[in-house]
Amino acid sequence: MSAIILFIATIAAIAGWWLSQQRLAAKPWLEQGVAVDLRGERGSSVPTAKIGLGVFLAVVGSLFALLISAYSMRNSMVDWRELPLPRLLWFNTGVLVISSVALQWAYMAARRDDIDGLIVGLLIGGASAVTFLAGQLLVWQQLKAAGYFVASNPANSFFYLITAVHGLHLMGGLVALGRTTANVWRGAPMMQMRLSVELCAIYWHFLLLVWLILLGLMTGWTDNLVDICRQLLT
Amino acid sequence: MVDIPFDEVAGIPPAEVGEVELYHPHSWWTRYVFSQDAKVIAVQYSITAMSIGMVALVLSWMMRLQLGFPGTFSFIDANQYLQFITMHGMIMVIYLLTALFLGGFGNYLIPLMVGARDMVFPYVNMLSYWVYLLAVLVLVATFFVPGGPTGAGWTLYPPQAILSGTPGQDWGIVLMLASLILFIIGFTMGGLNYVVTVLQARTRGMTLMRMPLTVWGIFTATVMALLAFPALFVASVMLLLDRLLGTSFFMPTLVEMGQLTKYGGGSPILFQHLFWFFGHPEVYIVALPAFGIISDLISVHARKNIFGYRMMVWAIVAIGALSFVVWAHHMYVSGMNPYFGFFFATTTLIIAIPTAIKVYNWVLTLWRGDIHLTVPMLFALAFIITFVNGGLTGLFLGNVVVDVPLSDTMFVVAHFHMVMGIAPIMAVFGGIYHWYPKVTGRMLNEALGRFHFWVTFIGAYAVFFPMHYLGLLGMPRRYHDIGETTFVPASAHDLNAFMSVAALIVGFAQLVFLFNLIWSLFKGKEAGSNPWGAASLEWQTPETPPGHGNWGKDLPIVYRWAYDYSVPGAAGDFVPQNEPPAGLATQGAHP
Repeated sequence: MSAIILFIATIAAIAGWWLSQQRLAAKPWLEQGVAVDLRGERGSSVPTAKIGLGVFLAVVGSLFALLISAYSMRNSMVDWRELPLPRLLWFNTGVLVISSVALQWAYMAARRDDIDGLIVGLLIGGASAVTFLAGQLLVWQQLKAAGYFVASNPANSFFYLITAVHGLHLMGGLVALGRTTANVWRGAPMMQMRLSVELCAIYWHFLLLVWLILLGLMTGWTDNLVDICRQLLT
Repeated sequence: MVDIPFDEVAGIPPAEVGEVELYHPHSWWTRYVFSQDAKVIAVQYSITAMSIGMVALVLSWMMRLQLGFPGTFSFIDANQYLQFITMHGMIMVIYLLTALFLGGFGNYLIPLMVGARDMVFPYVNMLSYWVYLLAVLVLVATFFVPGGPTGAGWTLYPPQAILSGTPGQDWGIVLMLASLILFIIGFTMGGLNYVVTVLQARTRGMTLMRMPLTVWGIFTATVMALLAFPALFVASVMLLLDRLLGTSFFMPTLVEMGQLTKYGGGSPILFQHLFWFFGHPEVYIVALPAFGIISDLISVHARKNIFGYRMMVWAIVAIGALSFVVWAHHMYVSGMNPYFGFFFATTTLIIAIPTAIKVYNWVLTLWRGDIHLTVPMLFALAFIITFVNGGLTGLFLGNVVVDVPLSDTMFVVAHFHMVMGIAPIMAVFGGIYHWYPKVTGRMLNEALGRFHFWVTFIGAYAVFFPMHYLGLLGMPRRYHDIGETTFVPASAHDLNAFMSVAALIVGFAQLVFLFNLIWSLFKGKEAGSNPWGAASLEWQTPETPPGHGNWGKDLPIVYRWAYDYSVPGAAGDFVPQNEPPAGLATQGAHP
């Protein structure tokens, strides 16, 4: 359960940092008048939708941290047989990186008020995300063809489960991205679109990060890294 | 009193709490059914939760009938008994208490208490309710499928949960897991709203340290739920795959009905870790909103500011954080490393500190207060007593050496019913009696309320107090029929019969409550806008019940905390949160 504990500790640290700035030592029973709260002092407040996305990412992060915890508890058992990862997975990873970069590009274009760049970025981002999903399905087929079925070994079960959960989250993101693209196409005001595109980009970067961690886990790199750290410490 | 210098007011950008574009319903359907108004959603959540709660109540009658009069009722066999246990626990903990505290109280009170017009994502909020309703319907469907609902116990431990021999192995368990997955998706939608509304939509002057403790409790509980429910989600999905696709996440190699199963190598302990990583925070997800509600009820009905507000807030946050590192105290008997047991026993006992601080503060709030024994106050006092009771037996069970012999006895059943059954339900009732006038504009009938209180309170103790004793005698839990045993004397059977009769009476008393809810809606005394003389913001709305958008034309401005009762020198015995300090009256309203 160390992955989830680490994740919760990180969230607790962020929450603690935030709370430390909220005048929690105030004595409200002694104060009256319109208190200036932090949201005002900072001048610019963060958009509500962005906070909402942040909280949602914490929930999704918790979900994946738990999957990783379960993975690392289960893979220490004797019946675990590593599954050979198809090369296609590396191609897919590259495509997902392109997708993330394209959306970052789109966001930067939106900030420059460059509508063409924005549309190109969104389309490339969307298309490469769809390619990634198709690639993941192909990986599943290759594994199935090679006899690695979902129930034949826990390593396989985890691979299918984790890729499916990640893919579903990306599909959810595609719905948001599709709506944003449609709105841009219809000529919605750039000010509104900027936020939508930024949120899509953040979500994509997050899913890319999650994917890289999952890939590290499934290739065994994470184990090696943990071993190296452990040796350094002892 | 220290007046905050007025100059600082100029530092607040006026657009900080911008006027939100409200969704405006156009028809009866969008106003009352597919409504995006948090107040309507709150009522929908509450009605659904209480309805399914009544089902769970009837299930508890069935269990008590069997335990009190074993062999008398032919319609309760061993399988059904297990199914009743499972569904009773699951419904009460998740579909009633979690949904009612967060979906019901949270939706109604958060926007009103922090001075917002509505939740920040109203559409998602509406979806949250409908997904919850779907989860409840799937759950109800398990009663009607072949084989009936699952009888795996509310913890759904594998391997038995999905093996033949456990009732509901065909459909029951599959639908149960599907329903949980739906519930979590629905809850996440609502939870995002509760958290972000508190973070972003507080009105001007409403600093975190001026929020009523109810909001603090619901807010912290929601944050915990958002982080903990994914554990149940992962566990449910993996168990579902084990059941449907034959994977072996949790299922070890085993023989079923003389046949070697297709499973092998899985770890049931892994499920327990995931389940309790959700399960323990869940206790506080239910308790923290109750703590908050009780704090507010006590302060209002004792006409005194809450004692130690800062400590109350810090304790809520500390309990929330600590509850994530105690989960394995539910697994002392799972054969885990004894050193883990020591660690988890220590963290468990540490939680007693912030919890005790809260209890002391409630008592000190009451001390020399002007206590009005209204129905909400009675329930609040009952909560404190019951929670202390259940909390003390928690100290017993938190110790490994005491827990091991008691863990499969009725003592545990008595403990958790006191601490997270009776106590939170007291808070729910207290909260309903307290806020019903705001929701409907009418008071609940006082005499019926008192009758409901006394029967419920004394009845609940008649059921659960003797249960501790039965547990200490060694009476096992989860057994359909304990039969002839040397260690359970004949008098214990009489006690069981007594408890069952008490349980039936308590159940019927709830019908009085339901009658009161409906009767008072039409015939109750007009409440006026603030019948209890409460200072917090939800009682200061221009209309009662609050209209769409809550606040009329202008959002309220908050000048003080929510507990200014019996302030020396003040004109009335309470000062509303939105009343400007003397001298700022004209300027303060229009900075």
